[in-house]
Amino acid sequence: MSGAVKDIEEIVREHPFFEGLLEPFGKLISGCAKNVQFQPGEYLFHEGVAADQFYLIRQGCVALEIKAPGRGAITFQTVREDEVVGVEWLIPPYRWSYDARAVDFTRAIAMDGACLRGKCEADHDLGYEVMKRFMPVLIQRLQAAQMQILDVYGEQA
Amino acid sequence: MDHQGPSVLTAVGLQALFDSLRRRGYRIVGPKVRDGAIVYDDIDGAADLPQGWTDEQAPGRYRLARRDDAALFGYAVGPHSWKAFLHPSVQRLWTARREGDAVTVTPEPTSAERFAFIGVRACELKAIAIQDRVFVGGAHVDPHYQARREGAFIVAVNCAEAGGTCFCVSMGSGPKVEASYDLALTEITEGEHRFVIEAGSEAGREVLAELPERAALDGDLDAAEAVVQRTAASMGRQMRSDDLRELLAANLEHPRWDDVADRCLTCGNCTMVCPTCFCTSVEDSSDLTGAESSRTRRWDSCFTMDFTHVPGGSVRASARSRYRQWMTHKLSSWVDQFGTSGCVGCGRCLTWCPVGIDITEEVRAIRESPSKPGVGT
Amino acid sequence: MVPRVGHVRRRRREAPNVWTLEIEPDGPASAAAAPGQFNMLTAFGVGEAAISLSSDPAEPGRLVHTIRAVGPVSRALAQLRPGAALGLRGPFGAGWPMAEAAGRDVVIMAGGLGLAPLRPAIYQLLAERARYGQVQVLYGARSPADILFRRELESWRQRLDVEIEVTVDHAAVSDWRGHVGVVTTLLGRAAFDPANTVALVCGPEIMMRFCAAALADAGVKAEAIHLSMERNMKCAIGLCGHCQFGPVFICRDGPVFRYDQVAGLLRHKEL
Repeated sequence: MSGAVKDIEEIVREHPFFEGLLEPFGKLISGCAKNVQFQPGEYLFHEGVAADQFYLIRQGCVALEIKAPGRGAITFQTVREDEVVGVEWLIPPYRWSYDARAVDFTRAIAMDGACLRGKCEADHDLGYEVMKRFMPVLIQRLQAAQMQILDVYGEQA
Repeated sequence: MDHQGPSVLTAVGLQALFDSLRRRGYRIVGPKVRDGAIVYDDIDGAADLPQGWTDEQAPGRYRLARRDDAALFGYAVGPHSWKAFLHPSVQRLWTARREGDAVTVTPEPTSAERFAFIGVRACELKAIAIQDRVFVGGAHVDPHYQARREGAFIVAVNCAEAGGTCFCVSMGSGPKVEASYDLALTEITEGEHRFVIEAGSEAGREVLAELPERAALDGDLDAAEAVVQRTAASMGRQMRSDDLRELLAANLEHPRWDDVADRCLTCGNCTMVCPTCFCTSVEDSSDLTGAESSRTRRWDSCFTMDFTHVPGGSVRASARSRYRQWMTHKLSSWVDQFGTSGCVGCGRCLTWCPVGIDITEEVRAIRESPSKPGVGT
Repeated sequence: MVPRVGHVRRRRREAPNVWTLEIEPDGPASAAAAPGQFNMLTAFGVGEAAISLSSDPAEPGRLVHTIRAVGPVSRALAQLRPGAALGLRGPFGAGWPMAEAAGRDVVIMAGGLGLAPLRPAIYQLLAERARYGQVQVLYGARSPADILFRRELESWRQRLDVEIEVTVDHAAVSDWRGHVGVVTTLLGRAAFDPANTVALVCGPEIMMRFCAAALADAGVKAEAIHLSMERNMKCAIGLCGHCQFGPVFICRDGPVFRYDQVAGLLRHKEL
């Protein structure tokens, strides 16, 4: 069924990113959430712009890319359903360092960064739940980036 | 021969052995003084042997010195080993002839040469057996080694001198000759200069029957036994060897490897003089038109930078990794691969190392302070 | 030790610097190669190199080799035209454990040129599809231009009984609409029962270490994960010493190894 029928709290809870979240936290978080969708080719955000939202992808595919003169736009990561786009909302200066573009028709939950930061500051238990879920994302991204940097398939090691 | 048991041959009678071997068409190779060392070379007769010479060996040191007797085999081993003849340093494998798009490959025929090796020591017999296992005892047989090996006649000698770097007793490979030989000699210089001589094969018995021998008496046998005992008791080095496979496999990140890497020049001398080292490389070449090409196999050493070359560089680039490879292969992984140690305790790698690295010392250092578990093991 | 002569029948460019040669031996066919085995190919007058077979095991008379031209020998081989002669020795080595995979799910993780030694296994899995459980092929390449066997991947993707997922390290936006990211990221979405899976992994050593670790983290037993190792080779028959990796000879004891056998060795630098 489409998101218009389910309420936002149900949708947030269902997303694997927030699996296991306790009841009161679910309500708190949903206050910062809203349903969004993107057409193929539409940008979620651009490099340099304020990182005021992050996205839990429910359906579709988002390409993270960087523009380089002479090389056009280079995709360095694709993010799919059940995954998260956007970590820069976590730390100052809260600014995106790349572009994010929907490759396919994409449905997502947009989380208001400032709203969630405020609630985490006020309730440290909530803060820990959120950070605990972001850590694996960050570390896996870091490990993957390390592998990509090594250019292991290149001709010379 | 009209008696059972060992015989005795006088020092003068030894020439008859050479004559008998020559009559049978063998190419006789044995020890000879040349270039300040005792090397293995073609020899014509007993007069070519290094009579009255001995060697003084220590890590990084080799000198010849005069004896005060007329012993013909009064020295340990020199820089050469019998692998130079059984597993020659250069061996063509095949030639190819191209005509248009058609190519015909012709394998190199195996050698028809039959060697008679004079003066093979117990450690060397063991080394030959170890190389036999590599080249003839596995799924793939090297036909060139096999031909040379099958044609070889071995006259072994029990060492009367333990070299300054010898540790055959520690490796269970001497000093008494045990493995397969055709004839075995023990030189006795007290009293009459003579040899106790025994046959170890049918070919050996046939040759012995032609020699001016007499039956060995108890006095001869006692003297021969005493020679072996004296040698066994005067080894230059000692190394506990029953646990090396596990000890080295468990200490691949031991700090001692950094220590030896500071000294090792990766010159590869050890691999050249070691009687069991067998690594080779191949080179393809062709004439200028590309019509004739060939592949030649030559000795190689795990100490070279190229040895482990893969796209991107060498797997073992540091001296540390190359020394570790040589020593752990010789003493540890050889056991996994071939069922025995690769080392026979001949001491050549100590003597011919320009900086005097002593493998028995390296083992001792690792054994006395094993890596702590979890520290990079 | 002595090569037989063969001739190049077809030559095709797969990717920048990567060519596939189809070779026919002169005279009777050699013994059929098992998936994962390799031949030693001689460019007469230049030298010899170990190249994995990437052919269909059901067609033993057609020897297919995918070669990356990185050195004088591989360059000389890759430049051979149809009709040219070359030398052939083999097949050598221990290949992929196809019998062990029967009745189980199979996860194939290939990186870069590593797809070539795995292709014979994929052919065999698809030809005898009913013998195996779920089959996943996860393939990572540097960029879209470096993807090997594109047409074949597409035709496999059309099948309903196998999952093919391809990812690249990076891609120009105009070239690629698929996954971007390292091949381990594909594992999370693959459908297999870790307790009843055989994994076949081939690619650069760094990639294989990470993939094996990811498979083990996902619950696949170390004994069920298989890697194809590579080292300098000269003789391919365990007599020249070059391909030693700790106590094993890659040519004779491998190139395919169980992860539990080599995991300890892989941890040491410069072994």
